[in-house]
Amino acid sequence: MSEYKLLTFPKGGVHPPENKLTADLAIERFPLPSKVYIHLQQHIGVPAQILVKPKDRVRTGQLLAQAQGFVSANIHSSVTGTVFKIDEIYDASGYRKTAIVITPEPEDEWVEGIDTSDDLKADIGQFSSQEIIQKVKDAGIVGMGGATFPTHVKLSIPDGKKCDILIINGVECEPYLTSDHRLMLEKTEEILVGTRLLMKALNVDRAVIGIEANKPDAIGKMTEAAKKYEGITVQALKVKYPQGGEKQLIKAITGREVPSGGLPIDIGAVVQNVGTTFAVYEAVMKNKPLIERIVTITGKDLDHRGNFRVRIGTMVKDIIDYVGGLPEGTGKVVLGGPMMGKATKTLEVPVGKGTSGILLMRREETKRKKVLPCIHCARCVTACPQGLEPYLIMSLAERGIWDKAEEAHAQDCIMCGSCSYVCPSNRPLQDYTQFARNTVMSIMRARKKK
Amino acid sequence: MENKLLVSYSPHIHDDSASVQRIMLDVILALLPAVLFSFYLFGIGAIIVTVVAVASAVLWEWLIAKYLLKRQPQIWDLSAALTGLLLAMNVPSNLPVWMILVGTLIAIGVGKMSFGGLGQNIFNPALVGRVFMLISFPVAMTSWPIPLKSRMHYLDAVTGATPLGVIKEGVRNGEKISDLMHQIPSHMQMFYGIMGGSLGEMAALLLILGGIYLLIRKVITWHIPVSIIGTVFLFGGLLWLMNPEKYPDPLFQILTGGVMLGAIFMATDYVSSPMTPIGKLIFGFFIGILVVIIREWGAYPEGVSFAILIMNAFVPLIDKYTKPRVFGTKKMKKQN
Repeated sequence: MSEYKLLTFPKGGVHPPENKLTADLAIERFPLPSKVYIHLQQHIGVPAQILVKPKDRVRTGQLLAQAQGFVSANIHSSVTGTVFKIDEIYDASGYRKTAIVITPEPEDEWVEGIDTSDDLKADIGQFSSQEIIQKVKDAGIVGMGGATFPTHVKLSIPDGKKCDILIINGVECEPYLTSDHRLMLEKTEEILVGTRLLMKALNVDRAVIGIEANKPDAIGKMTEAAKKYEGITVQALKVKYPQGGEKQLIKAITGREVPSGGLPIDIGAVVQNVGTTFAVYEAVMKNKPLIERIVTITGKDLDHRGNFRVRIGTMVKDIIDYVGGLPEGTGKVVLGGPMMGKATKTLEVPVGKGTSGILLMRREETKRKKVLPCIHCARCVTACPQGLEPYLIMSLAERGIWDKAEEAHAQDCIMCGSCSYVCPSNRPLQDYTQFARNTVMSIMRARKKK
Repeated sequence: MENKLLVSYSPHIHDDSASVQRIMLDVILALLPAVLFSFYLFGIGAIIVTVVAVASAVLWEWLIAKYLLKRQPQIWDLSAALTGLLLAMNVPSNLPVWMILVGTLIAIGVGKMSFGGLGQNIFNPALVGRVFMLISFPVAMTSWPIPLKSRMHYLDAVTGATPLGVIKEGVRNGEKISDLMHQIPSHMQMFYGIMGGSLGEMAALLLILGGIYLLIRKVITWHIPVSIIGTVFLFGGLLWLMNPEKYPDPLFQILTGGVMLGAIFMATDYVSSPMTPIGKLIFGFFIGILVVIIREWGAYPEGVSFAILIMNAFVPLIDKYTKPRVFGTKKMKKQN
């Protein structure tokens, strides 16, 4: 690794076991399920407005629901088939939300104009910045690292702000997950074309692709391919969680800090995940809306782990059945990675645009242990990449002292979970810090409105 | 549901390499070489004192939790055992059993449980017990068996003064340090631990080895030990340079008394020390200053216990003014 100069963020961070069990498994196409369940809200913002009704026949790539307002995203059909019903279906948050249930036909019939071939299209000459952003918006692209913030909003630079660097997030610092890693290996050129499209959309001449040093093959391949393009470089980063956190990544690469309460654009940076970048490539060059994504299915006891290209709306249960069913002793099913993913109470939950992985955990490896008193060991303070004092915020949140929690900057928590991970007393620091963060943020919003 | 799944907030994994019990065990293991060495030096007395202190500390914790506070005793977190062991390290090997029982009762009952138990105490419990004993039993607590002399004797062991005591008494009587140095062990003997004193004040070498183990296990950081020992060395050295006949040399300052034990094992107690590196350095600096002040101008020949206890009281204040910088707030560094 000595050939790279590794960068990282300066304060905090932890080193959970990487467990990248699926790093060597090539992306497979997941078969069409017997039903797909497509939520109207798979993004941060307003749910999309439904355009179809039961018994309608829809084609693959057809618009099912239209974005409402600026912060929202279009929803497309991931299959060809008949709308079976509109129903309330669980999503990753654990709540039932409106979804369109479609019974697929065995053969895809794509909406005309969509290029479904795997041929590389690299000539981006003809598109203007406005056209690219419009195509991204039409395609319903959202941040695919898990945040699911509508991408066209991030690409529309507010008046008075200027972007001078685009950062492509290929860090994938969550243990177990390998979908971004595989994508970088298998769709290298496409990601670079996507990067160029994003650079054009943002009108910047500098892009840095950040990749953690535990993926030397991806670093090598991306570096080699990036040589062709001026302004695009690959930066290797130290293996440290949460290296892929937006603020931590910007700090590592540029030395700039997103101000407390601010956005990356305040310091001239925009960050996009490699999965999103690939989706941008497909949307602009192939006219293909966001109807499928790469999902890592993994777990220590699973025989058939893998990285699958899954149609949006495929039930988690179908995927688990496909790889051999829930192994004996499974205690938790996590959508996403083990540090920030969401535990689902049911397998009857569909893959959404932000589902990067399905992780099956053994009961004994994930069961929480008895909570002991805080011994002020300061491990949480040392681990927090945001410079917070999680032990203090937890004690304030337990007692509901929100003004002090605001003074302690609970609102700056990025919910990486490093504090809970290291606590020798097994204290639920992240639970309370998250609670404090949300409460303080809503108080701050209410105060602003006045 | 056919198979109930666990649901909780993230994170879903936990670092099990550190638990409260494991941390306490590590500190006990780190102390073990010095404990065994004290058995070798002081024989049966050291064994009795250590066993009684550890057993009684655990017993008091169990009794107080169960019958006074009416809650589940947590003796298996090993924190009470550690307090007992640390207390034993801080007393002479000929201390009567009943005094040890009083000492551990004060340490656990007053020093720890009265504040709410583990994690709540403001002062280091073992030092609370030790200082209580020093004030209550001044004679017994300052009669030091001579190492290797009477290993088969307990209460009737042959006693002598500590190096610090010899110097303090001598300087007070107007004697010169250069003359007094002949009456005490050499620096090398002190480093290996052949001198009078409490059980755990002996081998600097073994205490440092224990400290290195704690650093490797990431139980403690270097800040507190280095700042205490460094400050005692520098401040002591400054005085020595000013008047070498009145003040002992800096190496003597750090090798004698409880400096090593206090700096590595007592002041680093999580609950009663600051959270941030800068806070720890400030904490250690003032302990070092106080140690030398008490030694040179106070009534007692040794001041480590008092210095740590005094600074324990300042920990909330230090924590308040040495908070880590929140990401994205003032003091921005250079950009590119």
